[in-house]
Amino acid sequence: MNGVVLRLKRSGQLPVAAAALCTLALLLVGSLYSSNFLSADYLLLQLQIASFLGIVATGAMLVILLGGIDLSVPWLVTVGGVMSAASAGWWGDAGATFAIPFGIACGALFGVVNGIGVAYLRVPSMIFTLGINAVAQGLIVVQTGGFAPQDRATPTMHLIATGRSLLGLPNALLVWIVVGAAAMFLLHRTALGRSIYAVGNRERAAYLSGIDTRRVTLLCFVIAGACSAAAGVLLTGYSTKAYQAMGDAYLLPAIAAVVLGGTHILGGRGSYLGTVVGVILITLLQSILSVMQIPEMGRQVIYGVVIIVMLLVYGRGRRMSE
Amino acid sequence: MNERLRYHLRAHRGAYGAVIMFIVIFALYIAKHTMGWTVPVLTTATNKGVLLAIVAMAQTLPVLTSGIDLSVGMVFVLANCLASHLVVGTPLQATLGVVVVLAVGALCGLVNGLIIVVGRLQPIITTLATGTVYFGLALGLRPVPGGDVQSDLADALTGAQLGGVPSMLLVLVAVVLAVWVPYRRSTIGRAALAIGSAEAAAYMSGVPIGRAKIVTYTLAGLLAAIGGLLLTFVTYSGEASSAIGGTYTLNSIAAVVIGGTSLAGGAGSAIGSVFGALVLRTIGDLLFVFDLEPLWQPLFQGVILLVAVSLGALQLLKVSNRLELFK
Repeated sequence: MNGVVLRLKRSGQLPVAAAALCTLALLLVGSLYSSNFLSADYLLLQLQIASFLGIVATGAMLVILLGGIDLSVPWLVTVGGVMSAASAGWWGDAGATFAIPFGIACGALFGVVNGIGVAYLRVPSMIFTLGINAVAQGLIVVQTGGFAPQDRATPTMHLIATGRSLLGLPNALLVWIVVGAAAMFLLHRTALGRSIYAVGNRERAAYLSGIDTRRVTLLCFVIAGACSAAAGVLLTGYSTKAYQAMGDAYLLPAIAAVVLGGTHILGGRGSYLGTVVGVILITLLQSILSVMQIPEMGRQVIYGVVIIVMLLVYGRGRRMSE
Repeated sequence: MNERLRYHLRAHRGAYGAVIMFIVIFALYIAKHTMGWTVPVLTTATNKGVLLAIVAMAQTLPVLTSGIDLSVGMVFVLANCLASHLVVGTPLQATLGVVVVLAVGALCGLVNGLIIVVGRLQPIITTLATGTVYFGLALGLRPVPGGDVQSDLADALTGAQLGGVPSMLLVLVAVVLAVWVPYRRSTIGRAALAIGSAEAAAYMSGVPIGRAKIVTYTLAGLLAAIGGLLLTFVTYSGEASSAIGGTYTLNSIAAVVIGGTSLAGGAGSAIGSVFGALVLRTIGDLLFVFDLEPLWQPLFQGVILLVAVSLGALQLLKVSNRLELFK
C-alpha cells in the first residue's frame, strides 16, 4: 500500500487518485441514503450536468496552469448564452445557423482583451479579468435592455444540450469529451502545452528559453473565454433560455474543481485528468446534498468544509524549512 | 529632509494618486449635485463610502503579505446577519452584541489564518472555501432578510455630529487609528510587509512568519466584521445575500489596487485602499448626478474600473530591460 502511495506521489498523480477515491466514497455514502445514486440513469444525468462545469473548468485550468486566474467566467458564460440566442433574433434563419459559433466567438473576443491586458499590459490577471467581467456585464445589460433581442435557444442548441445520441450518451457529455480530449492533446502532446507548464513554473526562465510567453498567455485566455462562452451556449440550450447572471454559479465550482483535481493554484503543475475527476466530484457533491434535502445553509457549509478537508488531506504545501 | 520627503512621496505615490483622484471626482460630484456641499449629501455619501472603505482595509492586510482574502465579503455579510439579531434592546445589550459580532469576525479571520499557516493551504483557495462556509452560517441566521438594530446607536452612527461632520467619517478615522496604525508600526506589521516582499528571505532572517500571517488574517476578519456591523446600522436589517458578499469582495480587491497596493505584496497601505474605495463609490454616484441613462451605468462603471486598474501598465514605458517584465 505504502509503495503505491509513494509511486503515485512521485508521478504527481496522488491528488487525482485521492480525488477519485473521494468521489467513489461520496457515491457509496449517497447509496446508503438511496440506491438510485448508483443507477446508470442518475449517473448519466450527473455527467450531463457536469459537462457544463467541465467545459468552464477546462478554460479555468489553462489559465491557472499559467499561474493566473480568470474571474471573468460568470459574465463570459452569460455573453455566450445571450449572444448565441440573440444572433437568431437578429438575423433569422441565417443567424440561427451561426448562433453557436457566434456566441463562442464573442466569448473568445473578450478572451483576447483579457489576454492583451494580462500578457502585454502586464496587469495582474485577478484584477484585469475582474474589470472585463464588469465590462461584459455592462455590455449585456445595455444589449438586453436596449433592444430586447430574442433570448430563446435555437433548436440545434437545445438538441446539443439535452438530446442523447450514440449509445444513449447525452450530447452535452459528448461535447465535453471532445473538448477534454482536445485539452489533453494540447497540454500533453504539443509544444504549446509544454510552454504553458513552463510559463506557469517560471515565466522569466521560459522567456529566456525562447518561448514567446506573452503569446502563450494570450492564447490561453482566448481559449478560456471561448470555453466559458461555449458553456453558456450549452446552458442556454439546456434551460431553453438565456438570462442575466446565468454564469454566477460557475466561477467558484470551476476553480474548486481544478484545485481539487490536483492542479497547483499558483500554476505549473496539474493534469487534465485531475480536473475531470474534480468536476465530477463537485457535481456529485452538489447533487447529493440537494437530493438529501439538506437546507441551503447546511449545503454551503458542508461544501466549503469538504473542500478544505480534502485539500488538507492531499493538497498541502511544503514547509518553509524544506 | 528634502531627500526623505522625496522618498516618502515615491514610496506612497499610489496612495497619493488615489487621494488626488478622489478629490477631483468628489469635487465634480459636489459641483454637479443639485444640493451641493450640504450635510445630508455628505452624510449619505460617507455612509455608503465608509462600508467599502473598511472592507477594503480588511483586504489590504492579507494582500500586503502577498496573500488574498476572498472571504471578506462573506464575513461582512455574516456580521451583518449576526448584528441584526444581537445588536438590539437596551444600550448595554446592544454593546455586548457589538462585542460578540466583532469577536465572531475575528474568529472567522483566525480560522482562515490557521488553515493557511498550520494547514499550509494557499490563501486564495482557503478563503474561497471558508467564504462559502461563512455564507452558509449567515444564511442559517437569516434565511430571509429582516431583523432589527438598536435605533439610538444606528441614528448616532449614521447621522452627523456637531459642525456637520458625518459620524461614519469619525468611525473610519477611529478604525484607522485603532487597527491600521498600531498594526503597521508593530513588529508583526513589518513582518507582514517583509513576507510580501520575499517570504523565503524573511524566513531566513528569523521573521515570525506564522504569527504575522495569523494576526493579519484575524485583523482582516475583524475589519470585515466592523464593516458588516456598520451595514446593519445603515440598513436597519440583516440580509444573507451572496451577491452582496461577492460584490464587496471583488470591489475590495479593486479598491486595494486603485489605492496603490501591489497585488504581489510587500508594498502599499490601508490608507490608499480607503481612498481607492471612496473613488470607486463616488464614480457610481457621479454617473447618477450626470443623469446618465441607468441602462448604461454598469457599462461605464466597468470601463472606468478597467481603466483605473490598467493605469499600472504605464510603468511599462519605463522598462529598459525587457526581462524585467517577466517575474
